[in-house]
Amino acid sequence: MATLTEAPPPLSPTAPGKKPPRKRGRFTPYWLLLPGILWLLVFFALPMIYQASTSVQTGSLETGYKVTWHFATYWDALADYWPQFLRSILYAGAATILCLVLGYPLAYLIAFRAGRWRNLIMVLVIAPFFTSFLIRTLAWKTILADGGPVVGALNSLHVLDVTSWLGWTTGDRVLATPLAVVCGLTYNFLPFMILPLYTSLERIDGRLHEAAGDLYAKPVTTFRKVTFPLSMPGVVSGTLLTFIPAAGDYVNAELLGSTDTRMIGNVIQTQFLRILDYPTAAALSFILMAAILLMVTFYIRKSGTEDLV
Amino acid sequence: MITVTNKNTDNSGDVRLAGISKTYDNGFTAVQPLDLTVPQGSFFALLGASGCGKTTTLRMIAGLEEPTTGTVHLGDQEVTRLPPYKRPVNTVFQSYALFPHLDIFENVAFGLRRRGIKSVKKQVEDMLELVQLGEQARKKPHQLSGGQQQRVAVARALINTPKVLLLDEPLGALDLKLRRQMQLELKRIQTEVGITFVHVTHDQEEAMTMADTVAVMNAGRVEQLGSPTDLYENPNTTFVANFLGTSNLIEAEVDSKSGGEIVLKAGGGKLVLPEARYAGPTTTGGKVLVGVRPEKISLAHADEAGEIPDGRNRITGKIADSSFIGVSTQYVIDSPVCPEFEVYAQNIDRDDRLVPGAEVVLHWNPAHTFGLDAAQDIDAGIQEEATV
Repeated sequence: MATLTEAPPPLSPTAPGKKPPRKRGRFTPYWLLLPGILWLLVFFALPMIYQASTSVQTGSLETGYKVTWHFATYWDALADYWPQFLRSILYAGAATILCLVLGYPLAYLIAFRAGRWRNLIMVLVIAPFFTSFLIRTLAWKTILADGGPVVGALNSLHVLDVTSWLGWTTGDRVLATPLAVVCGLTYNFLPFMILPLYTSLERIDGRLHEAAGDLYAKPVTTFRKVTFPLSMPGVVSGTLLTFIPAAGDYVNAELLGSTDTRMIGNVIQTQFLRILDYPTAAALSFILMAAILLMVTFYIRKSGTEDLV
Repeated sequence: MITVTNKNTDNSGDVRLAGISKTYDNGFTAVQPLDLTVPQGSFFALLGASGCGKTTTLRMIAGLEEPTTGTVHLGDQEVTRLPPYKRPVNTVFQSYALFPHLDIFENVAFGLRRRGIKSVKKQVEDMLELVQLGEQARKKPHQLSGGQQQRVAVARALINTPKVLLLDEPLGALDLKLRRQMQLELKRIQTEVGITFVHVTHDQEEAMTMADTVAVMNAGRVEQLGSPTDLYENPNTTFVANFLGTSNLIEAEVDSKSGGEIVLKAGGGKLVLPEARYAGPTTTGGKVLVGVRPEKISLAHADEAGEIPDGRNRITGKIADSSFIGVSTQYVIDSPVCPEFEVYAQNIDRDDRLVPGAEVVLHWNPAHTFGLDAAQDIDAGIQEEATV
């Protein structure tokens, strides 16, 4: 019997004479990238360069501005407005912590306990976005109005005595105090905390909780050793999404605060739109950006989330 | 109550389930009231298709599921209402459930640390040696292969020296070769540590290879419990006969009874069934399902029918299909008594005439025949797809 060394060739599926497929689409990825790159170039890179040049100009509105590499604007701006910088970071930090404290239990509830109510609660979390940011903040003015029910209740519970003593409120007023600004910031940025928290909690495999319980961890220990560490990516992105915009925000301080609660956003806004001192405004913007970038880098390094995501 | 004889006198690792059942909120009953005792130190397998209640039973022992009725005892301690973290049992989860944020060392140390043990280094290292993962201690779970993760899961549970180790389809995610290897490995570890293992699986081969005792579950009930050999050779129900390996089942009628043998009529022929291998009634004319395993049958070409020794059960038929699988050839025979009669013939002396279409005679030693109650579904337990 002859040994077969070769399998019979299978019938060719391609008809003879048909050209091999043309090499196409080598540049397609770049074409697809183009609109986004153009957008970034025109609306991000160019304004940044323009702003950078503005920050080192000198002159006045009447005589015109010239680039004179006047870096002293930065030092002057810092020297004049460091209290507002500090306040921004304090208020944004307080709002971020409040968001985390309020948002984590809610996100946990939605992810693990809500069952069929999950979608409804998610809609409720996002619902405020259907109203404008400005209107929502104005509504807080009514809520915290002098002599209103909230202030009245806080007053009769002697909460205001404590907050006044801490310097968060003044007398019988909540409006136009740091507390009001932090409340507004917390309220406005809470969904930005809840959504990433929920996403990362929801991704946790339920069997890990069972495994922890099986390995002698009480429910509290399970949370401390398994659930919370695994939700760190959500905690980090939630705090960043809250802290960064809150630090630059000026609407809450404008509507709910007073001249004593001005944040750096208010200063920049005034410099640009009222005083028309463009170099100082541009320099302040850059300082804010650099400060946030530094803090965020430090925070991400510290929280060690790189290998968790 | 089903009880397995216990050689060991220490009973702290016994698992006793009494009247245990589970009905979910949606009204589905996963486990019918069940009594079961697993003696200390045994390797016990719960075998069944998915949805038969085997995992629910395991989870009730672990405390991850609360039984609707009945009690769970570990040794003399009742644990029915104890939360999992207070039970002296540990589980190897399906797809392992290793903590992704902890390295292998910390995964294995988890249980010890939760019990407040401070110096865990020595124990964890010894345990990692036992499962041959000493080198991998500082890696994260996702950096390990499936087989290695599986061994971490075993180490993480075993290090706590539980009274009972529960294994929920622990080898399901591994490929065939690795699974074979881990079967032997787990068996070795069990012999070494002497802890009671309760193993849930849908793979009958796995159950038979590893366990001393197998409980075959179906629709929330234990169909039969016994040693692998016992279950295979003496199935009590058609489900067990079909689920555990393959059985040829023939519908027959009692003809007569003499000297410990029942003579049955099936499709014009006569079959002999030892009385000891049939528990049902044997009144003349009564229906019986006659079973025989495919590998017990010899196949002869019709021309050689005369050479078959007397006293063997014989059936005629025609080869419908044959497949050569190396060590054996599997034939499907179309016979008047059974349309798909399966025969596995060892490839010792192959008869070239045995090809599809050939007329053949099947014959076997009557001692290999078993009888089942005919009032059951003859196809119960036949799996849709072959178990790998």
